[in-house]
Amino acid sequence: MSAVVGPEKISARGSAGLRAGEAALGLSIAAFLLVFVMWPAASVVYVAFTEKGTGAFTLVNFHDFARTDLFVRSLWNSLYVGAMTVLWACVIALPLAVLTTRFEFRGALLIQTLGFVPLIMPPFVGAVALQMLFGRNGTINLLLSDWLDVKIPFMEGLNGVIFVESLHYFPFILINLSASLRNIDRSMEEAAQNLGSSGFRLLRRIVLPLAMPGFAAGASLVFVKVFDDLATPLLLNVKDMLAPQAYLRVTSIGVADPMGYVIAVVLVALSVGCMALAALVTRGADFATAQRGGGGLARRKMRRLETVMAYALVTFILLLVLSPHIGLLLLSFATIWSFSPLPDAYTTAHYARVFSQSALYVKNTILYASLGGLIDIVVGTAIAWLVLRTKLPFRHWLDRGATAALAIPGVVLGIGYLRAFYDVRLPGGVPLATLWIMIVLAVAVRRLPYALRASYAALQQISTSLEEAAENLGATPGRALRRIVLPLMTGGILAGFVTSFATAAVELSATLLLVQSNSDAPLAYGIYVFMQSPAGRGAGAALGVIAVVIVCACALGAQFAIERSQTVKGDPH
Amino acid sequence: MLRLAIAAALALACGAPAFAQAPAGKVTIVTSFAKDVTDPYKKAFEKAFPGVSLEVQNRNTNAAVKFIEETRSANATDLMWASAPDAFEVLKAKGLLMKYQLKITGLPEKVGSYPINDPTGAYFGFAASGYGMMWNERYARANKLPEPKEWSDLAQPVFFDHVAIAAPSRSGTTHLTIETILQGEGWDKGWRAIKEIGGNLRQVTDRSFDVPEQVNSGQVGVGIVIDFFAFSSQAAGFPVKFVYPSVTTIVPANIGIVANPPNRAGAEAFVEFLLSPTGQEVLLEPSIRRLPVNPATYAKAPADYPNPFKDARFAKMISFSAEKSETRNDAVDTLFDQTITFQLAGLKAATKAIHEATAALAKKDNAQARALLAEARDAIAATPVTEAQAASAEVRGAFTGAKEKTARQAELEQRWAGFAKQQYATALSKAEAALKLAR
Repeated sequence: MSAVVGPEKISARGSAGLRAGEAALGLSIAAFLLVFVMWPAASVVYVAFTEKGTGAFTLVNFHDFARTDLFVRSLWNSLYVGAMTVLWACVIALPLAVLTTRFEFRGALLIQTLGFVPLIMPPFVGAVALQMLFGRNGTINLLLSDWLDVKIPFMEGLNGVIFVESLHYFPFILINLSASLRNIDRSMEEAAQNLGSSGFRLLRRIVLPLAMPGFAAGASLVFVKVFDDLATPLLLNVKDMLAPQAYLRVTSIGVADPMGYVIAVVLVALSVGCMALAALVTRGADFATAQRGGGGLARRKMRRLETVMAYALVTFILLLVLSPHIGLLLLSFATIWSFSPLPDAYTTAHYARVFSQSALYVKNTILYASLGGLIDIVVGTAIAWLVLRTKLPFRHWLDRGATAALAIPGVVLGIGYLRAFYDVRLPGGVPLATLWIMIVLAVAVRRLPYALRASYAALQQISTSLEEAAENLGATPGRALRRIVLPLMTGGILAGFVTSFATAAVELSATLLLVQSNSDAPLAYGIYVFMQSPAGRGAGAALGVIAVVIVCACALGAQFAIERSQTVKGDPH
Repeated sequence: MLRLAIAAALALACGAPAFAQAPAGKVTIVTSFAKDVTDPYKKAFEKAFPGVSLEVQNRNTNAAVKFIEETRSANATDLMWASAPDAFEVLKAKGLLMKYQLKITGLPEKVGSYPINDPTGAYFGFAASGYGMMWNERYARANKLPEPKEWSDLAQPVFFDHVAIAAPSRSGTTHLTIETILQGEGWDKGWRAIKEIGGNLRQVTDRSFDVPEQVNSGQVGVGIVIDFFAFSSQAAGFPVKFVYPSVTTIVPANIGIVANPPNRAGAEAFVEFLLSPTGQEVLLEPSIRRLPVNPATYAKAPADYPNPFKDARFAKMISFSAEKSETRNDAVDTLFDQTITFQLAGLKAATKAIHEATAALAKKDNAQARALLAEARDAIAATPVTEAQAASAEVRGAFTGAKEKTARQAELEQRWAGFAKQQYATALSKAEAALKLAR
């Protein structure tokens, strides 16, 4: 690996002006996190530390948490499901990432794009579509019981949660790992080959270890996301996990009940701890490669048999992970689909019904999600840079603060925003919380950890010697950052934008509290409104398909940009 | 009937010019109702009052209550429109609803034996609905399920693992149903009945609408639902059927004016409109299908439309005491969650064993096994608290956070859950022993 260059060197040589700039940047990010994450969340979560009725400070609620069987069982279940999901998500993501980045593979761009679609699971309709396919009386089980008289419990209990979560969240690993693989310099591989390494050994000893930052970023995101996800367990009717317990308590017993927030605090602590652990794993080693221009790993041609097997594998995986969306598509064209392998008949009436309203929803969704994604990559990249390249005191707390947002339940953040910003009046008496920009901020805060992890991984792979070289040639540190570091991080930053954007586009829980009028409503809200009545199922599915298509189109654009930036850097492909 | 219709028509005629100030501008309404309900109303209302626009904000009931509460300092909402009476009770208790004297007259005070309007004028019932059972015909055929007629049918072995219900802590209307059973049958017998159905549950959903959705999809056979979910599913073409049991629950759907409404004239106009003959008729639309509170409107309904003012099943409903329900609201919800929702696996295992032993006993009788089986059933039916304890100051204090030190809610929950777990394990071993004897 390349020469180890710690951050000390850079900041030792950094001018006083730069250091002042660092401090200003750090402080402004800290202020952003304080105002838009900590304060709103704290305005709700402080209840965890109070006694019900008197409001006096107490820790007895945490004692109760540890003594309640249901909560302890939920904690273990959540940890188990999180770990198992990471395992299965790897099984799905690894072949896709390696095949599309290491081999000459026709349709690599398409696979990379389709591979992230599972992240876009529109609320409610996605769940219905999954059940229509994999449920107890879904397509597969109806056919199986017809032919073989057996049923497979895909969607039962904890294993069902692991199954669905793996399909849903493996793209975190795929996207971040692919970005990392693209960033590895070819010379590393060539050096290994010169020394006689090849094939699987090369992959295991050289390529995958160098791609560790992306893998760690993806895997830790999957774990934490699964840990904090409440939609999937509730869909599968699994209630003894932590996130559903927190959600059910906060929304049914009320905001005055401390236990819901105790669970939220436990979630935040464990999520931040997990991210810190992932950082620890990648801290000991240096993943940066200094040489640039080779343009990523050499892509090997496959032999005929290999090609056939590779395509068969990729097709199988894609079919599996995209099945919810295939179900969604069927649902959106179905007249009636009930206890039958396929819908009774097909119609375009649902699209006609949503067509007139969807334009507004689409406009709002793109506006909110792209602004949110933009905020995320700016803040995320800044935090990554501060943590990895400066010696600013307390810089790790910026990382932790941003990560904590992942574990704050959406509904808690929504209530927090109303509580924190409704009484802040703009000139003219309009409450700050009623502006649509607050929806953007809430969405941005909830998706910030995705962009942060992607930027972090990208920066870990860039050797500081490149910046030093630029500075030796007379570039100011700012200019080196702008002209050298940021361009080299493009892939990672775009990966972060795509994940933040795609998941922000289908966010509902916080939005549901913050949408003030129909003219401000995004697609997810439209789906929610339709999915409250039997006749709205098809229409909701149609809106869901529209959401997926739009997000896909945007993501394809981003992927295209990544590929192009690779070409610019000199990749012959 | 005719007299009522005339009275209603007169009321509208007199009511219309009586608005102090003609409604105009934007009327903002926060609602949990689906687009299929709100859209026809928006159209009809805007047609009746040109120049007024209805801004509909869809939120689930909990989010709607939280929203109104958190935005009270500069309230921008005129109306709250939802089913669950308990949500309105919460808003009323916090002073978030405006008292209003209805101008329209001649409407009945009760539907079935349930009072339609809040006695203090904080909110008004504009439609009624009855609870019943909805099932998927294709599912029933494939699984050879008989048609259920009474609540108790759902406790039959044939329905094991085929039934769904919403958690009463999550659905105000389901809570009313559970409370009705408890008041009608008495605390002990009521819980026995509820747990017997509970042992056959496939799912306890966290949203009311998930129950009809699961039945429509064919994932669950029978759902315990409000009638309009079934009617609107049928209208949408799903292969489902619905029946009211002989003792059903009436649940009203309500409208209330939020305190300090930005458009008071508009808000009042909408309330009056909902209760007017035109507004009541909108309820008959196939996508809405709720029961009007104006008896005259039924004259325009399709032939098979249920009429709670004539149908004996609705009158049979035991007189429901709202005060009694209020005093133990949290206790009943928590009991259901801790002994059924979160203990479903244990309850189902015990119930399954009892079903098997019962079947074996039917073939070969055995007195000792029968006694064991009865003990197993009693073990399941037992409740950790008596009716008096559930409404006691100590238990209520645990939920509301009383000033004087009582058991904390988390402690009670753990105690109740532990009790249920123990009882279900006992029931399971007794039923298994009975099965051995009967074989």
